[in-house]
Amino acid sequence: MADAPRLTRQTPRPAARQLSAEHEGFLRHRSFRWLKRALALSLAAILAYVLVDVQPRPNGGSWLGYTLGTLGAGLIVWLALLGVRKRNMTRGSWSLKAWTSAHVYLGLALIVIATLHSGFQFGWNVHTLAYALMIVVIASGIYGVTVYALLPAALSNNREEMTERQMIEAMAAGDRQLDEAAQPLARRWTEPVLAALGERAFSDGLWRRLAGGRRGGGPTQAAIAALNLAASDEADDPALIRVEALLQRRRAQLERIRRHLRLKALLEVWLYIHVPATFALLAALTAHVVSVFFYW
Amino acid sequence: MIFRLRTIETTAQGRQIVRDRDVADGPVTLGRSADNTLHLADLSLDPHHATICGSDAGRVEIEAVGSLGFTLDGRQVRSAVINPQVGGELGFGGYRIAVSQDADGAVLLTIGLAAGTAQATDEKAAFSLAGRLPGKRTMSWLLALALLAGFLALPIYSMLTRAPKQTVTGDAAWSPGPLSLAHHQLEGKCEACHVKPFEAVRDATCVACHKDVHEHAAPARLANARGPLSAGDAVQWRIAQMFGKPGPGACSDCHTEHEGAGQMAAPAQAFCADCHGALKDRLPDTKLGNASDFGKQHPQFRPAVALTAGSDKLTRVSLDEHPREASGLTFPHELHLDQRGGVAQMALRNGQGTGLDCADCHRPTADGVGFLPIDMERDCESCHSLAYDKVGSTFRRLRHGDVDQMVADLSVAPRRPAAIVTGRQRPGEYATGGAYFARFSPPATSAGAVAQALSSKGICGECHTASAVGGRFSVLPVTQVSRYLGHGWFTHAAHKQETCTSCHAADRSNSASDLLLPDLKSCRTCHLGEAAPRGKVPSNCAMCHDYHLTQQAPRGVAPPKKQ
Repeated sequence: MADAPRLTRQTPRPAARQLSAEHEGFLRHRSFRWLKRALALSLAAILAYVLVDVQPRPNGGSWLGYTLGTLGAGLIVWLALLGVRKRNMTRGSWSLKAWTSAHVYLGLALIVIATLHSGFQFGWNVHTLAYALMIVVIASGIYGVTVYALLPAALSNNREEMTERQMIEAMAAGDRQLDEAAQPLARRWTEPVLAALGERAFSDGLWRRLAGGRRGGGPTQAAIAALNLAASDEADDPALIRVEALLQRRRAQLERIRRHLRLKALLEVWLYIHVPATFALLAALTAHVVSVFFYW
Repeated sequence: MIFRLRTIETTAQGRQIVRDRDVADGPVTLGRSADNTLHLADLSLDPHHATICGSDAGRVEIEAVGSLGFTLDGRQVRSAVINPQVGGELGFGGYRIAVSQDADGAVLLTIGLAAGTAQATDEKAAFSLAGRLPGKRTMSWLLALALLAGFLALPIYSMLTRAPKQTVTGDAAWSPGPLSLAHHQLEGKCEACHVKPFEAVRDATCVACHKDVHEHAAPARLANARGPLSAGDAVQWRIAQMFGKPGPGACSDCHTEHEGAGQMAAPAQAFCADCHGALKDRLPDTKLGNASDFGKQHPQFRPAVALTAGSDKLTRVSLDEHPREASGLTFPHELHLDQRGGVAQMALRNGQGTGLDCADCHRPTADGVGFLPIDMERDCESCHSLAYDKVGSTFRRLRHGDVDQMVADLSVAPRRPAAIVTGRQRPGEYATGGAYFARFSPPATSAGAVAQALSSKGICGECHTASAVGGRFSVLPVTQVSRYLGHGWFTHAAHKQETCTSCHAADRSNSASDLLLPDLKSCRTCHLGEAAPRGKVPSNCAMCHDYHLTQQAPRGVAPPKKQ
């Protein structure tokens, strides 16, 4: 008897919490709830901008300008708080997914709100600096959302069910074999092999990672080319054949790792703009707001 | 196929002991159990873990037997095929088995212990961009601090610590936009207007330079005219005052700065219409009609007109009352502008082209705003000759503007009717104003000549109204109004593309008392209010009116900004 009411209370709830096999990403969270809200917010701002006759021309110093500005500044601070929020996971309507969904769509709505706040008045000043930084943050965010939607599939295809650790270990195993197999070779063959063994994808910097390695191939490719120059009598040497096969494998492994590095770099690089630009934006926003009141 | 199992052990002295054991015709079984061909003592392996055997094609096939797999070149698999000529590396728990081919063709299985996996633990770092770029946190702090220092701390510090009259450093980036042309010299001197931190620009700051600006009306009347604020305005003002904004009625309410170089935009008509739209209701004693928009609500013009001939008193009368002007002159415009009449003929003979036009008599002022007063000698006398006698080749003429002199001259004039008719054939060559037969004949006496001159057909009375002041001959003084609409910024210069008669119906006026001013309706054919549709001239209040009436404005020359 005591259990009965508890059961009836629980019955309506599973619908909301029902676990579905279908994955719903943060973009389509709750059938685009935050997209709709952000659109409504943007439309309201546009309507207000069109309907309110600010004289002599629209600017941030009118009542509408201050309203949009306050809204925009609040949004910026809240959007920046995602960094705090994502380190504290909770469930429910303010789940991290809901928060991220709102972050993305409200961040896009911010373009409308902040632009209308500016009244399209731009100049070489701290106010436009804040606006430009905001655009940089939003643009990098748009890039981030795009690559998060597009690249993981390519990343997964490239891995072929290997983990990153396995990729490294495969490389190490191959290198040990190469090292061992090259022992009987003459010095003119061991030198390119040694150079090839020294080629490491991980030492590539940002640009080379984004480009997917160096143009024309590295020392491994060079070693393969060098071994191909062997005269026909040497070419039958089983040790040389084995080393060349191992070099080919090494090149394939390197290419896979470089593709992986490239995709990972593409997935990560935007945060190196998004996050620092956000902090720069918060600073510029502070200067923007304080300066307006300082020279009130 | 022969499998050669090679184990390498290192002695305490670092010497390697290599032991080979050949297994002919596999399969080689391996696992934790001692009955395997290859016994690997590792608890993470199955007792019977895998078998290694050769295939027909000379390949080595490895198959997991138990529930666990193994690694081939670092990759987790359950079965594998290796070409011994290329080789491969198998991993079973802590053991590594390198597969290769020995010189004699035997498959060499080199068994060794895996090295520590220290290198592999940081694969996250290896694959991530971290370390390849400056840290996000470092960049964030550096950027934020640099911006705060440059754009906030520096100007504030400079403002607070500067010496008097010294400009603030680093506040140029705070300016939201260029100042208007009039304030251009204040560019970069923010503190000239923004005197105290966190205090809105005060009227006192503006008045420090703009000393001559007059109040629009007495403050009490202004407050009454403004009336109670609407709910929305009241909320706005409450918030504005919470933030220390002066007003309502402060300079900065209407005059907004930093809106871009160029002229400061004229205040919107809403600022005027707030009060003047319903001024009659709020200030019942006002003489002004309600005005909120030139196209929709504006009182009829009330020009200052001379209503009594001979008096220079000007009275403001609405054009709706059709006032008649009493300038003291008799002058039918129609007669003079008629292109086929006698006047046109005479003008033709005077070499003035076909007939008269307005510009023959009306000359604009240097600034183009209005017109100079009509000057008899210059504008009329070339036709209306005042010559009355000829002595030799010299004409004697009356002096314009002096009745007593005229009486004296005519008193001694010879009684010769039509004495100077001879000059008519070739007008323009005689006398300053050209030869014209003045019909003041036939004078019977000198007194008769004077009376004749002053009669309505006489040389004076033709244009002037005779009167007698204290028993002396006289004419009524003439009043020429230089500006009928004294409170507006109207300028003829801005209307050059119009013909005179499109506004002033002079060509249809046969009486000097016609007031030839265009009325409101006439102006509205082009000018409508601030929100005039395309094709009309948007005309807000400030186009014609001035809020701060100054002594010279608006009767005098319009300052350049209004042109």
